[in-house]
Amino acid sequence: MTVLFDIIASVGLWGAVLRIATPLIFGTLGALLCERAGVLNLGIEGIMTFGAMIGWLSVYHGADLWTGLLIAAIAGGVFGLLHSGLTVTLGLSQHVAGLGVTLFASSFSYYVFRLIVPTAGTPPTIVPFQPIAIPGLSTLPFIGPAFFTQTAPTYLAILIALTLAYILFRTPLGLAIRMTGENPHAAEAQGVNPMKVRYGAVIAGSALMGMGGAFLTLSAFNSFFPTMVQGRGWICIALVVFASWRPGRALFGALLFAFFDAFQLRLQTAVDGVPYQIFLMTPYVLSIVALAVMARRARVPQALMQPYRRGER
Amino acid sequence: MTSPVLEIEGVSKRFGANLANDDISLTLAKGEIVALLGENGAGKTTLMSILFGHYMQDAGRILIDGAELPPGKPRAAIRAGVGMVHQHFSLAPNLSVLENVMTGTEKLWSWRSGTSAARKKLLAISERFGLKVDPGARLGDLSVGEQQRVEILKALYNDARILILDEPTAVLTNIEAEKLFATLKQMARQGLSLIFISHKLDEVMAAADRIVVLRGGKMVAKRTASETSKAELAELMVGRRVTRPVREPSTPGAVALEAAEVTVKIDGVERLKSISFHLREGEILGIIGVSGNGQAALAHLLSGTLSRTSGDLLLFGEAIGNPGVADVVGAGIGRIPEDRNEEGVIGEMAIWENAVLERISASAFSQHGLVNRKAGMAFAKQIIDQFDVRGGSPASRTRLLSGGNMQKLILGRNLHRRPRILIAAQPARGLDEGAVAAVHARLLEARRQGTAVLLISEDLDEVIALADRVQAIVGGRLSPPVEAEAANARKLGLMMAGEWQETREPDHAL
Repeated sequence: MTVLFDIIASVGLWGAVLRIATPLIFGTLGALLCERAGVLNLGIEGIMTFGAMIGWLSVYHGADLWTGLLIAAIAGGVFGLLHSGLTVTLGLSQHVAGLGVTLFASSFSYYVFRLIVPTAGTPPTIVPFQPIAIPGLSTLPFIGPAFFTQTAPTYLAILIALTLAYILFRTPLGLAIRMTGENPHAAEAQGVNPMKVRYGAVIAGSALMGMGGAFLTLSAFNSFFPTMVQGRGWICIALVVFASWRPGRALFGALLFAFFDAFQLRLQTAVDGVPYQIFLMTPYVLSIVALAVMARRARVPQALMQPYRRGER
Repeated sequence: MTSPVLEIEGVSKRFGANLANDDISLTLAKGEIVALLGENGAGKTTLMSILFGHYMQDAGRILIDGAELPPGKPRAAIRAGVGMVHQHFSLAPNLSVLENVMTGTEKLWSWRSGTSAARKKLLAISERFGLKVDPGARLGDLSVGEQQRVEILKALYNDARILILDEPTAVLTNIEAEKLFATLKQMARQGLSLIFISHKLDEVMAAADRIVVLRGGKMVAKRTASETSKAELAELMVGRRVTRPVREPSTPGAVALEAAEVTVKIDGVERLKSISFHLREGEILGIIGVSGNGQAALAHLLSGTLSRTSGDLLLFGEAIGNPGVADVVGAGIGRIPEDRNEEGVIGEMAIWENAVLERISASAFSQHGLVNRKAGMAFAKQIIDQFDVRGGSPASRTRLLSGGNMQKLILGRNLHRRPRILIAAQPARGLDEGAVAAVHARLLEARRQGTAVLLISEDLDEVIALADRVQAIVGGRLSPPVEAEAANARKLGLMMAGEWQETREPDHAL
């Protein structure tokens, strides 16, 4: 029992939570934005991988860190354009198109990576984002190291969550996005172009996914390896449901998952005699449980996964 | 008459080989209500979709206040003051009333929605036209009538001066429909111009100033309401005389189906509360009521897709437990589900597959686990011929049938075997005049042949015309039966409002 308390009381745990959460926040917000407009984007896993690769590669070739992040976002947006072309213009199955994008983007990342770094056993490293202590707040006991000694992209992720919530619920654009996800025919009848809204949302959402991936190579680690996204994209898809398609709850969900993850990491070393895979499993098991509890009450965007064609009902 | 606010000049539209609109012209004056009358497929909705910019016409033009409307641009139509209330609402159930109304009304890229100003404007409009609504309510929580009100408000919020309503009463109860037409007249008095699409003669005669009749994509007549009659309109609309079949007196036989204090709970909510009825061979028992009062639970219970919580069901005097679908079909109970498209047929499957689906494992249609395609096709062909299903062959996709023909297919599938009991839920809903007559004739024929028919309907005229006895369903409770002879529209209307205790003549204690 004392082991658990020790872990919970440790500053390291709390510092890790927000760090682990950051890529999930980016990814979840991205997926959430796509789904609010009615498009499921299972390309997320691949887009995050590509974002991680291209962000790292840019910095490795001399770009500064922010430019790397921007390039990852743009690359994500390009994959978003591809996904919207398939799902919005052609009206293909969103599941299949998304999985296609993931397979393509993941393999393409590996291909480009191997072109640039053909042989190296240990992948080359870069100098990542450094933590920024927020003056005044970072010295607070406990909360300081946990929330106010993070790298810049983490602060950006939280800012984006708040901004997205504001846009979705307080601006005409947000209403247009939500209406498109609920009933594109109604949106069209009110003079909103659902095609444009979906394209915009999917491209912007995919850009966020790209940034989420880039966080892994530019902040959490300092190099790229092809399997590093490790299912985080799929966790984001689940978190969107957990969050009931609300950015604020998405932020909370990402932090909750990250907490479990950080906790089990420490348990692995603290507890003997239990295979570490058991602990590795716990956050995923817990997220399934949370999902089962929360998702029953969730209000799914009514037009999610339905292709929109003009003049057809 | 002042100069027209709307002129439609020679509009034509072709879909493939089908000429949906053929050189149609009409005008609409300020403060006028025009009814666009026609059967399903006459081209009414196409014409209005062109006006609203959903479709682009092949020929002709539309003028609003003398200015030509650019074709195919809903936005331009909205800006010119055209508002459309679709038959299938264009609403988002998960959003609030205000959000539904506000969508698209502001500049997309502004920093903040003017929610409070919008709420004020909405309330002012709702006050002015007597359309009461709670802006903050979640749309999905509202009744169908209220949702339609939101649709109308949406158009008025966009400063519509010309309002188009596509079959506005298709989803409403009689009482709601009366209220709607009172509102429409009030709107016309305040200077709005209205076009409503309908195939119901009563409401057209009651509400419209002028009536334009479409048939087969052509405009066949224009009439002033005061100078025409229902009979004339019916003939113009259908192109021949239509008479609804009449119920002949009969002597009912033994009790076929009986419910004794049956209660059905779904997710803890009592959908049916201790209902009792008995249904005899050779009679039609009408269950009248406003939609959503337990009809669905009743139909599902008797169709074998829902279990009762307490009470007894007796089939020819024998108690049956909770029968499943196979038991119900096996017992010779025919079923006409309320929602043809959702529960009646599988649209993407062939007509013959739909015809045999509920008895696919019967030896007539399959042997050794293999489907006998030939027998199925032959059976479907029989139904198509006998029940006059038009617009498809046994192998064609069911989705391509019109509503009326789809219903005839379902009727045929059930009546072909002369079922002992038929559960008919809203059998004529949404059908045009010709198809309604055909469905009614089939139900009466089944009655004549001794089938016990349970007719669940919210159409007063239908129930009065067909049923021998009537019970009202309100809030999951069933009124005691009244004989058809004693039932008139007023009395049934009161019963539908739950006042069957008061339907007895009051004692005048003077």
